[in-house]
Amino acid sequence: MQEKPSEPGVCQFNFEKLLPGLKEKPELLKGAGVKTIDELFVDIPAKVRIDSLDLPEGLVECELSSMMKKMLGANKTSRDTLSFLGAGMYPNYVPAVVRAVTSRGEFVTSYTPYQAEVSQGMLQALWEFQSLMCELTGMEVTNTSMYDGPTAIGEAALMAARSTKRKEILVPKAMHWEKKEVLRTYTLGPGLAIKEVPYEPATGQLDLAILKAMVNENTAALVVSNPNFFGVWEESATELKSMLGDAMLIVDVNPISLGIARAPGDYGADIVVGEGQPLGIGPTLGGPSFGILTTRKKFLRDMPGRLIGMTKDAEGARAFCMTLQTREQHIRRGKATSNICSNEALCSIAAASYLSLQGRSGLRSLGIKLGQKSLRLAERLRRVAGIEAPVFKSRHFNEFVLRSKTSIKSSCAHALKHGILPGVRLKQRFPELGDSLLVTVHEGHDDSDFERLATVLSEVVE
Amino acid sequence: MNSRYRQARYDEPILIEIEKGSELTEAVPDTILPPNLVRKELRIPQLTEVEVIRHYTHLSQMNYGVDSGFYPLGSCTMKFNPKITEEIAGWPEVTDVHPYQDETTIQGSLQLMYELQGYLCEIAGMDAVSLQPAAGAHGEFAGMLIVRAYHESSGELGRRTQVVLPDTAHGTNPASAAMAGFEVVEIASNKDGCVDLAALRAAVSEKTAAFMLTNPNTLGIFEDQILEVAQIVHDAGALLYYDGANLNAIMGKARPGDMNFDIVHFNLHKTFATPHGGGGPGSGPVGVKKFLEPYLPVPTVECDGDEYYFDYDRPKSIGKVKGYYGNFGVLVRAYAYIRLLGATGLKNASEMAVLNSNYLRAKLEGHYTLPHRQLRKHEFVLSGDVLKKKGVKTLDLAKRLLDHGFHAPTIYFPHLVDEAIMIEPTESENKTTLDAFAAAMLAILQDKPEDIKNAPHNAAIRRVDDVLAARNPVLTWKDLPAAK
Repeated sequence: MQEKPSEPGVCQFNFEKLLPGLKEKPELLKGAGVKTIDELFVDIPAKVRIDSLDLPEGLVECELSSMMKKMLGANKTSRDTLSFLGAGMYPNYVPAVVRAVTSRGEFVTSYTPYQAEVSQGMLQALWEFQSLMCELTGMEVTNTSMYDGPTAIGEAALMAARSTKRKEILVPKAMHWEKKEVLRTYTLGPGLAIKEVPYEPATGQLDLAILKAMVNENTAALVVSNPNFFGVWEESATELKSMLGDAMLIVDVNPISLGIARAPGDYGADIVVGEGQPLGIGPTLGGPSFGILTTRKKFLRDMPGRLIGMTKDAEGARAFCMTLQTREQHIRRGKATSNICSNEALCSIAAASYLSLQGRSGLRSLGIKLGQKSLRLAERLRRVAGIEAPVFKSRHFNEFVLRSKTSIKSSCAHALKHGILPGVRLKQRFPELGDSLLVTVHEGHDDSDFERLATVLSEVVE
Repeated sequence: MNSRYRQARYDEPILIEIEKGSELTEAVPDTILPPNLVRKELRIPQLTEVEVIRHYTHLSQMNYGVDSGFYPLGSCTMKFNPKITEEIAGWPEVTDVHPYQDETTIQGSLQLMYELQGYLCEIAGMDAVSLQPAAGAHGEFAGMLIVRAYHESSGELGRRTQVVLPDTAHGTNPASAAMAGFEVVEIASNKDGCVDLAALRAAVSEKTAAFMLTNPNTLGIFEDQILEVAQIVHDAGALLYYDGANLNAIMGKARPGDMNFDIVHFNLHKTFATPHGGGGPGSGPVGVKKFLEPYLPVPTVECDGDEYYFDYDRPKSIGKVKGYYGNFGVLVRAYAYIRLLGATGLKNASEMAVLNSNYLRAKLEGHYTLPHRQLRKHEFVLSGDVLKKKGVKTLDLAKRLLDHGFHAPTIYFPHLVDEAIMIEPTESENKTTLDAFAAAMLAILQDKPEDIKNAPHNAAIRRVDDVLAARNPVLTWKDLPAAK
C-alpha cells in the first residue's frame, strides 16, 4: 500500500496524462475551425447547458490507490475469514495463469471482434470456449456467453417459449431465489406463467408424481438444477425428458460438477444453462462472471447471443469470425432473438484457460474432492448436539442443508465474531425447513476448518 | 504498401490439437454421486502451465485492442482504460468477496456502490440509480420494464403498447423494447438527421409507452430540439428514455435529466473507461427521475447514516434483472475512473472527445462526403460514396485501414447514411495519431481499387470468408471432420 507522499510533486500522475489534447488545444481548435471549446457546444440549448458537475475533484494516482485501499479495506475477504458460503457463487482457487491470460491488454482492451482479420486471437479463444462448453454439457452449440447463470435461465425460458409456442415454464420450488426472480423478470414481456414443482420433503429432490400431473399442452419447458439448490443430486434426472412430451428440458448445472457428473446432453436436455463463475473467476460480490447456454443444432436459429464460426481466409488458411448474426439485434432489431450485445467474453476466456489448465483429470479430482469434503463436513456437524446434517437423505455435491434446534441467526452472529461465515440462512425463503442453513465446502477447506465450524456452532447450540 | 504495420501471425493450434484425450480414470465413489449420473468421458484438454500461457499469448498477439493502437469504432467509445483502475479491480478486497457475506463485512463495497449511484445521478441529472444491469442493452431492458411498471400502476399498460424510436437508434433499442413486450414504431429522421418533430407528433398517441433516443444521436449530432421532443412525448402521456451510449460527448456540459429525460442507462464500459474485454463484461446502470424510483430493480444500496445496506423493501420494484447486485468488478473500475478524473477531468474528457472528433471531421470532409450538418459531438458519420464510384465498398475501406495499423470505424450504421463510416476518436488520442489516421484515409482514396478490395494484407490473416462460415457452420471442434 502506497502512502500519500509528504513531499509535493513526487506523486504527479493525474488525469492530464489521459488527455493528450489538453496540451495541443490551440492546434486542434484551429484544425476544427473554431476559436474556443464553447463554439463546439453551441448546439446545446442554453437552457440545458451546465458549467460544471458537483463531484469531487480528481485525485492523483497514488492518492486514488490509498483512498480506495482504505475504503475497500472495510471489506472482509475470504482470506480474512473461514467461509462456508456458496449458493451459486463458489470461491474455488483461481490459478495465477488465469489472471495472466485475462490481463493481456490485447484481449482486455478489445471490443467485440467485428473486424475478424485483426481479432483472430479473441475469435479463436472464444471458439475454443464454445467447444469446451459443448464438451462439458454434452451439447452441440453455444454462444460466447450470457451475463450470468440467472439471466441464462431467463433467456432459455424465452427461447423455449419461442420454439414451442407455449407459455408455461415449470421450475422447482427449490430453485435458487436469484434465478427464480430473474426468470420472473425476464418473462414479463411475453407474459409467461411460471409454475413451481415441489420437492420431496425427505430427499429434497423434485417430486416426480406432481411434476407428471403438472405437465400439459401448455408447458414450454421444465427447468431443473442438477445438483439442485440444496446441493442434492436429482437422481431421476435421466427420466425427466421422457416425462415432458413436447416440452423442452432445460438443465441448470454447476459446471465444476461436470468432471464427475454425466453431461445433461446425455440424458435428453434441450438446453443446458449454468453459472460460469466456478470456472476460474473470483466471486467478486456476485459479478462479473458469465452464463452458460448450450443447446442442440435444431434450435440454433432460436438461440440468443453471439456465435463464432471457423472458416477460411482468402488464401485458404484457417480463420474464425462471428457468424449467424441475422438472429442478433444489430441486424434484426425489434425481431432479434434477444437484445444482448455486450456479453462477458473476457470471463469466457478466463474459464477456457482455467479448464485447459485443470483438464479433465483435474476437474474429475476436484469434483470428487468436493463431494467427499461435503460428506465429511456433514458427518462432523451431525455430531454437534441439536444439529441435523444433512437434512435431506440424498447424495450431495459440494453443499448441503443443515437444521438446528436453536436460532441459526444467533449461531451465525456468534460465528461471525470468530471470523467464520457458516453458510446461507434459508429460513426466510424456505420457512418449512425451520432454522436451516446451506453449508458449502470449498477446495481449500481441511478437517481443522470443519472442526472450527463444528466448535463454533456447538457453542451456541449446546 | 505504405504502412509498416504487421500484425503477428501464428498457425496456432486449437486446444485439442495440443492435447486431445478424453479418458477419465479416477473412480467416483457412489457415496457422493448416484452411479447412473457418473460421467464416463470428457474431452477437455489438460495442458501444462507453459502450454496454456504460450497458447493465449500467441492468440493475444493476434488481437487488436486500444492498447495496440487507434480504435475509432463509432458508438463504442474505445477510450484508453487507465491501468490503475485495472489494478484496483484485481485486489482481493474486490475479487475475494462473496455476495452473501454479512453486510457488516462488505461495507467497503457497499460504500463504493452507494457513492457511485450518487455520482451517476449527478452526471446525468437523475434522482436515483440502480447498478444492477450487466450491459447497456440490459439497462435498456430494465428501463423498458420500468416503463411497463409505471404504466401498469396507472392502469394504462393495456393500451400503451408501443415504443417509438428514430430510425437512427441503436439496434438494441428496438430489441430491448420488444423483449419487454412492446411493439416497436420507427420514425424517419428529418433532413438534418434529427428527430422529425412532425413525424414524432404523428407517431405518438395514447398508445405510446415511451420514446427512446440517444443525444447526441448516432450521427454525432446534438438533438437541439430536445426540449420540444420531451414536450411532445410527455403531452402524450409517454416517458422519454435516454440511451446513454453517447454520454461521453456531454459530461459536465449538459445532462439528460435537465433535458427532461425520465429514464437513462449508462454504459460504464464506454463513458467510464472500463475495458470491453473483447465483448464484455460491461455494466449498464439505469437511472430515473424521482417519480420512477419505486420501480428500480432490487436491491438498491442505501445508507442509514452509520452503515450501508441493501434495500430489498421496494414493493413496486420490477424485481431483479441479474443475479446478485450487478457486475461489481466493473463498477469498481468506473468508480476509480470518476475519482481519478473528478469534476474537471470528466468535463475535460468530454471537451477533448468532441474537439478530437471535430478536428478529424474537418480533416476528412471534402475528401469524403459528410451528410447532414457540420458540427458534431464525440463522433461523426461519413459516407463512402466517393469510393463506391471506383467499385470499392466501405467494407473494403475498413479492411484497408487495418493495413495501416488502425482499427476500422463502425461501418454501415446508422442505416440512413449510404456506405456509412462512423468515426469516434475519443479524448485519448493525440494530434499525431489523428493526423496519421486522416492521412491513411486520404491515402486510400489514391489506392488502386484492387489493393483496397484485397485488403487486409498486413493483418494476421487475409480477408475472412464469412459467407462460408454462415453456410457451413463449424461452431465447435465437434464439427470438425477429423472429430467425427
